[in-house]
Parts: sequence; C-alpha cells; structure tokens
Amino acid sequence: MNSVKSISTPFKEVALICKSSWAQISKPYNARETIMTIIDTLKQDINKGNIDGAVAQTQKAIDDGLKVKSVLNDGLIAAMDEVGEKFAKGALFVPQMLRSAKAMQECMELLKPFFLEGDLIPKGKVLIGTVHRDLHDIGKNLVAMMLEGAGFAITDLGVDVSAEQFVKKAQEIEPDIVAMSALLSTTMPSMKETIEALQRAKIRNTVKVMIGGAPVTSKYAEDIKADVYAPDAGSAVIEAKKLIGTS
Amino acid sequence: MLIVGEKINTSRRRISEAVENQDRAFIGQIAKNQAEAGAHFIDVNAGTFVEQEPEYLCWLVETVQEAVNLPLCLDTPNPKALSEAIKCHRGVPMINSISLEKDRFDAMMPIITAQPCKIVALCMAQTAMPVTVEGRVKAGAELIEKLIAEGVAMENIFIDPLVQPVSIDTHAGYVVLDVIKTFMTDFPGVNTICGLSNVSFGLPARRLINGTFLSLCIFQGLSAAILDPTDTSLTAALLSAEMLLGRDEFCEKYIDAFQRGCLDL
Repeated sequence: MNSVKSISTPFKEVALICKSSWAQISKPYNARETIMTIIDTLKQDINKGNIDGAVAQTQKAIDDGLKVKSVLNDGLIAAMDEVGEKFAKGALFVPQMLRSAKAMQECMELLKPFFLEGDLIPKGKVLIGTVHRDLHDIGKNLVAMMLEGAGFAITDLGVDVSAEQFVKKAQEIEPDIVAMSALLSTTMPSMKETIEALQRAKIRNTVKVMIGGAPVTSKYAEDIKADVYAPDAGSAVIEAKKLIGTS
Repeated sequence: MLIVGEKINTSRRRISEAVENQDRAFIGQIAKNQAEAGAHFIDVNAGTFVEQEPEYLCWLVETVQEAVNLPLCLDTPNPKALSEAIKCHRGVPMINSISLEKDRFDAMMPIITAQPCKIVALCMAQTAMPVTVEGRVKAGAELIEKLIAEGVAMENIFIDPLVQPVSIDTHAGYVVLDVIKTFMTDFPGVNTICGLSNVSFGLPARRLINGTFLSLCIFQGLSAAILDPTDTSLTAALLSAEMLLGRDEFCEKYIDAFQRGCLDL
C-alpha cells in the first residue's frame, strides 16, 4: 500500500477501506465524467450541425463502451429535441436544421450495429405522405426528418398518396399518427377524403391525424376533423409528442 | 420585364378577410397600389377557399377590374374556378397555370384555347417535380410542344422553371437560372416567368435574397416576374439590374424611381 501514502487523508482512507488501488477506485468516477463529457460534446455537435465532430464523438462513445441506448436518447434525440424547439421559435433556419439532422443520421449509421433488441423502441409510429395529386415533398420531408430525429419511427409513402394507400398502409403498420401534407388548395380536399376513408375502414379512432402545408390552416384542420395542424417541422415534433402523450 | 403583382392572394390573412367580407374598397386599393407601383398584370388567387373558390375568384376579377384598368393573372389550378373567372374577365388574361399532369392538362386546355390568353406553363413532369436542369427543360419543352399543337402561339407561353428553396438544396437557385437561359436561347419567342419568394424560404433577410435572385434571373433573360411591386427592395433590384444590362436609356427609369423615392437604400 505504499502507493497511497502520499495521497491526502480522505482518499487514503477510502483507498484503504476498499483495499484497492488508487487507479481502480478512481475509474468509476472518471468514467462517469467521461460519459457526461462525450454526451455533452455530442449534443453540442448535433446542435451546431458539426457532422465530423458528432461522428467522432459517437465513435468515441462506442470505443469507450457507453450504452448505445444512452448515446441515442441522451445524446442524439435530446439534441434534436433542442434543435426542433429552436427551429419552431425561429432561432434556427432550415439549412441549420438540415445539417443537424444529417449529423444525427450519420451517427445513427455508426450506432446501428450495436443496438440490442429493445434498444430501439420508437416514441411512436408515424405514417406520412403528401396527399393525392400533390407532388410537393419539401415540407413533408422536413417533417419526416425531424420526427425521425425526435425518435419516432417513420413510414413515408412519398407524394401523390391516395386515401386508399393511406388506409391500406395504416391497417398494415398500425401507426400512432397519420401525417398528411398538401401544398395546393386544390389538393387539400384529399386530406378530408383520407380522414373519411380512415373512418370507413374503422381505424380513425385508433390513429391521430396531423396535417400541414402552406395553404392549410388550423381552421381547416378543425373543419375536416383532423386532430392537429402543424405549421412547420419543429411544431410537428412538438404536436406529435403531445398527441401520443410524451411531452 | 413584365410585372405580375402577387398581393391579392387569399393565403394572406388580410386578403382572405376582405374577400370573406366582400370588402371592395380594400381589394380595390391593393390593386391600385400595385398598378401605381408598375404592375402590368394583377394576380388574383382565392385558392384557400376550396369550395367557394369559383365564386370568390369571380368576385375578385370584377372587383379588381373595377379598380384598375389592367388585365389579370387568373391564378388557379382548378378548371371550374378558371372557366367561371374567365367569363367575368375583360381583356386578355394570363392563366396561371398549366402543367403536364394529365388530368390538369385535359381539363384546362378547352378553357385556354377558347379565347386569346397568356399561359404560365410549369416545368413539372407528369408524376414528379424534376430536380435537375435537364429534367425541367425536358418537361417544359414537352409542354411547349403540346401547347403549340393545340394552336397556342409561342409568345403567349410563359415557362415557369419552378423556384425551389435554396435552404433545402443550395443548387436550387442555380438550376432555375440555367433553365431560364436554356429556354430563352433554345426556344425563340417563348417567355419565362417565375415567382421569387420561394427561393428564400427557410432563410433570414428574405428580401435581400429575393432581390438578388431577381437580378440574376433578369441577367439570364427572364421575361416576367410574379412579385410584390410595392416592395421597394425588389423595385431597386429590378431597375438597377435592367440599367446595368443596358436596357434603360440615359438611366432614365432608374433616376426617375430614385427621385420619386421608390428605391430602398
């Protein structure tokens, strides 16, 4: 026990009590610190959209044996939550949000091989698409990307999705939320048609319906009995969490 | 450069309220302001009303043409609204818009060919929005061919390259500039038109981006723009760009606008 003689009293006592070496005692303490540092740095990198930095931190987390579930939830998803909130407030602009989402996606690729069964339980399942006869996908893609970043599992049906296609897929995957986008006033009625088709298929009560797109308003959402209107991708995340009761 | 004043669109809250309240004075004033600021066409759009669109669009046509002696840009993809609005319209309207999407093309063509009009033709393929220059040129060229075959004159066609946000894809601005140049070079007589504000979606200081983009489009030969003519930063970009390209003899329009206080500096 010569090695602990020079250390100040409290530590010496601890060391003696544990009958362990200094190095062994200090390891859990340093490891906790390292975990916090890695996760915090990762969050900062995602927030800034620093792709290389975020990937490096994720690799470090893997190398240091951190739990991938914690890297995902406390790092990536927590950071993307902040990004979404800032965007909804107008404190972040679209390219910055895209960069953060891209950084997250690259980190996810690194993490994927290490996930165990049960690590990847999504917040909820979202079925999303641009409605029938509408080919606009920019807004819909932003929403899908941000929901994915927030930990939702996304099934994206693309553009020009008919009411029947929404219903068929909804019956198959049983989503928590059906999200529809329309950018044309002429295609907005397709949202109503889809809601009616969900009703006819008797699954309207098992899903929440979220709608959005430039000409869409909260009044229109009320009119067609959608559950919620989301004006942008950041709001879509906030509303989606409210809909499934996790916020 | 042909200016289409974009302000009378029911996606703007105050316009929507004025239409619902049938406020002729308010709509008339917005039309007059745009005419005085140099608009050649006044765009009218009642699309947010969906069910009542045909009725409201007709009301807008009559109301605006009572206030100003200008032709209108009938802004609707809805054949029913268009066919009703066109009956109320005096003069040669601009129709905004047609595309290769089959249902839309088939429904719009009989209305378009029934009288003289200018047509905005979107560079949109049947089932997708082309991203590349080639894809858009191909879609636009196919549409020109179809319109010519239906008897539409080349000079009445206004190709819209579809402006997408540069915040999503940093090449989005350049693609449009390239498409404009291609049509102005390869299809003599055809016109090009675009809306500007989409380019700056998702970014701060949008007026700066819109004005700069307008200047670049003008350089490529853009023949018409859908914009807010009362926005002095756009007027400034437009007048200075045209002057710098040698289209303003003795810099008269530029100096005149400055003296009237119309340049945002």
